[in-house]
Formats: sequence, C-alpha cells, structure tokens
Amino acid sequence: MNIISDVIRTFIETIGDVIPITVIIFGFQLGILRRPVPHVAKVATGFLFVLLGLAFFLTGLERALFPIGELMANQLTAPEFVNPDNEPFHWTQYNWVFLFAFMIGASTTIAEPSLIAVAIKAHQVSGGSIGVWGLRMAVAIGVAFGISLGTWRIVTGYPIHWFIIVGYIIVMIQTLFAPKMIIPLAYDSGGVTTSTVTVPLVAALGLGLAGTIPGRNPMIDGFGLIAFASLFPIISVMGYAQLADFIGKRQNSVK
Amino acid sequence: MKALLASIKNSIKDLLPIVFVIAFFQLVVLKQPIPNITEILIGSLLVVLGLALFIQGLELGLFPIGESLATAFAYRGSMGWLLLFSFGLGFSTTVAEPALIAIASEAATVASEGGMIEHTEEAKESYATGLRYTVAFSVGLAILIGVIRIIKGWPIQYLIIGGYCLVVITTAFAPKEIIGIAYDSGGVTTSTITVPLVTALGVGLASSIKNRNPMIDGFGLIAFASLTPMIFVMLYGIALNL
Repeated sequence: MNIISDVIRTFIETIGDVIPITVIIFGFQLGILRRPVPHVAKVATGFLFVLLGLAFFLTGLERALFPIGELMANQLTAPEFVNPDNEPFHWTQYNWVFLFAFMIGASTTIAEPSLIAVAIKAHQVSGGSIGVWGLRMAVAIGVAFGISLGTWRIVTGYPIHWFIIVGYIIVMIQTLFAPKMIIPLAYDSGGVTTSTVTVPLVAALGLGLAGTIPGRNPMIDGFGLIAFASLFPIISVMGYAQLADFIGKRQNSVK
Repeated sequence: MKALLASIKNSIKDLLPIVFVIAFFQLVVLKQPIPNITEILIGSLLVVLGLALFIQGLELGLFPIGESLATAFAYRGSMGWLLLFSFGLGFSTTVAEPALIAIASEAATVASEGGMIEHTEEAKESYATGLRYTVAFSVGLAILIGVIRIIKGWPIQYLIIGGYCLVVITTAFAPKEIIGIAYDSGGVTTSTITVPLVTALGVGLASSIKNRNPMIDGFGLIAFASLTPMIFVMLYGIALNL
C-alpha cells in the first residue's frame, strides 16, 4: 500500500533532519560533559515517538489537508468566484478570502505541534497560572488576525514594511505596560506559530492571491504572510496577559 | 498506553477546528463536494495519531534531554563549551530545515528574475546555498546571544527592540525583492523539533542558575531565532547588490 511507503519515506526524511541535532546533543553529552544520558531507554523511546509521530503527522497532512486546502485557496481566489459579474475592482469582493484566512489561520495554529510544546512548558514553569488552552487561543487569534490583515494587504497592494513597522511600534508600547512575566513568552510565541501546519496552507493562499489580482507580483506580494502571522501573536499574547491582569486588579479592588 | 489514549483524544480536539473550517468553506461557500473523502479520512487519522505520539515523545525524550543538558552545562560552568553548543544547535538544526531550503530556492528565482544575479542554474544554486548558510549562521548566533542573555540576566525587551530597529534600518537599504522573503525567513527557521529542545534548554538553564526566573529568563530563545534571519537575509541582499 502506498500510504505505508509514504509514511516510511517521511520517517526516513525526518531522521535525516534530526541527525545533526542528535549528533550535537549526544556528542556534547558523552564527549564534552562526559556524563551518561540519564534514563537512556526512556529518552530513546521519546525520540522514537517524536520521529514516528512527525512521520505520521506530515504524511497525513500531505495526503489529506494540504491538497484540499490548496484547492480551496485557489478556488476562493479565482476570478470566477471573486467577481462573477465582472464588476469594477473593489477589495470587498474578497470578503470570503479574508474570512477564510482568519479561520484557517486560527484552526491550523491550534493544531501546531511546536506551539503545543511551548504551551505545555509555559504551563509547567508558571506553576499553572498560564493555561495551555489560554495561551494557544491567544496565539491563534493573533495568527488569524495577522493572516487576514496580510491577505487584505495583498489585495489592496500597500507595501508590507509599513504594516510590519507599525506592528513593531505597537509591540514596543505594549512591552512597556505588559506584566513582565509574559514578555519573553509573548516574543517566543511569534516564532513558534508558523511551522509544519500553517506555512504550506498560508503560502498557497498568498501566492494564489498575488497570482490572480492584476498588478500584483507573486514574488514581491506573495511572500510576507508568514511575517504577519509571526508578528500579531506577540501583540495578542501580551494583550491577553494585560487583560487578565486588568480583570484581576479590578476584582481585587472591588473586594 | 493510557496516556497515549488520552493524548489521542486531545489530538482529535486539536484537529476538529480545521475539519470544520474546510467542510464549511467547501460545502457552504464554494458549494462543492469534498473530493477523495476516504483519502482525507485516512490522512486525518494519521495526523491525529502522529500528533498524539509527538506529544508523548516530547515529555519522554525532548524535554528531559534539553533540561539535563542545561543542568549539566550549568554545573560544569564551562561557558565556552556552552556557547559552542548553543551556536551548533542553532546552526545545525536550521541548515537542513526543509522549509528553509524551499524558501531559499524561491528567493534564488526571484533574484534571477530581478536581474540581481545571472540567469544560470549555477548562479541560482550558489545564491540559494549562500542564503541558507546565512540564515543558519544567524540562527546559531541568535541562540548564542540568547544563552548569554539568560546567563547575564539581561532584560529581553532591550535586545528585541534593538533588533527591531536593525530590521527597520536594513529594510530601508535592502533591495525590494528580498524584503518579503527576509521577513518570512524569520518565521520558517524554527522547526518542530528545534522549538521544544531550545525551550527546554532555556528553561533548564534559567532554573539551574541562581537568581534567574525560568519564566522571565528562560523563554525568549525562539524570539531571537526568528529575528536575526530577517536582518541577515536583507544584509545578504544588500551585499550582493553592491
């Protein structure tokens, strides 16, 4: 069966990606630190689970979600769907695209494995005050907003660096006022959102849009959605912490 | 085994939103049937199983090894080896990253169409390889700076905001074609295996050094790793343009 051979192929590819990390980790552990790996059987099982898990995960995505996701991105951006009556161009013709961008951004972020990893760690380290789901939802909303704003930018054609620079300014202002504990985590959440699940779907959407709108260059306008998806979670995670902080303070003052 | 079952249940919950969004748009908005439904069901099953295994493996393997390394380094107190390790970890995990290889070859096509480099396969190849090593170097440097920050206890915001300022300044001088790719390369460098490892390393270091708070000092390594590639990719574009 070709599913099994797909899984095996992905498994071998994943092993190839992991070899440099493994060499460095075990090289340092055994050669420099000269200490045996603690619980070596458990750790080895864990690595095997991670590799197998990724192989299944990636094969499943390639078989099921990416083809249909890309197909939909193409259908939603096709001129026959966007503007069936050949009316003059207006960005509101793309409203379904913006909604799709928002929803696909949020839902793929929820399933993003590296975000789950960071959320689990933050939950442990914060002694439970940062909820796994709360953090993931906050990041998902940030990504969703970022991607739909990014698609709007492609449709309207404004230069990308205006948005990014304004985003940076918002981040700087928020940093001054946000609870100190959340800041590093918020900055991290920008980088973890966009990996295996989100990038391929979002890239298809961006290139599809830039390819169908007259006057857009796919090479200049098609890229940049991922940058939006990495910037806005920083804002939404700090916002989430500020909101929680604010509500907490108000409840305390009422008491 | 029981933990794996619970993990599978959680993974199903994680995947449901995507299924819902796709079904809604395909059936209600586009009004089209869902093609290859069995293929999609089998694929989704694999995704759920894979996610569950991955999460189990995190707790068993990746988190413990990252933390035990951090503790061992803190205990030995050999700063040089720790920094070499940090750079090596960042560099080696990035240079082979499939998403980066894809972006680098896209960027080479852009550069060749924009007339920045010659129209030959060879020129494109060397451009893409140069770009990959630039990004890998910048990620290595990022983890290295991030680890120094944890050891010294510097507040993260000054470094990150300083980095943002560098991004804004380099944007002003970078060729237009490279900006989108540079901004995207920040997001794609951190892979699914690197993130848990690097997070465990940072948190482990901050927990084993006196007067460091794992929450305030332990996180932030990923943030550096997604910032430096933007600067270095634009510098690469500027350097080739001179």
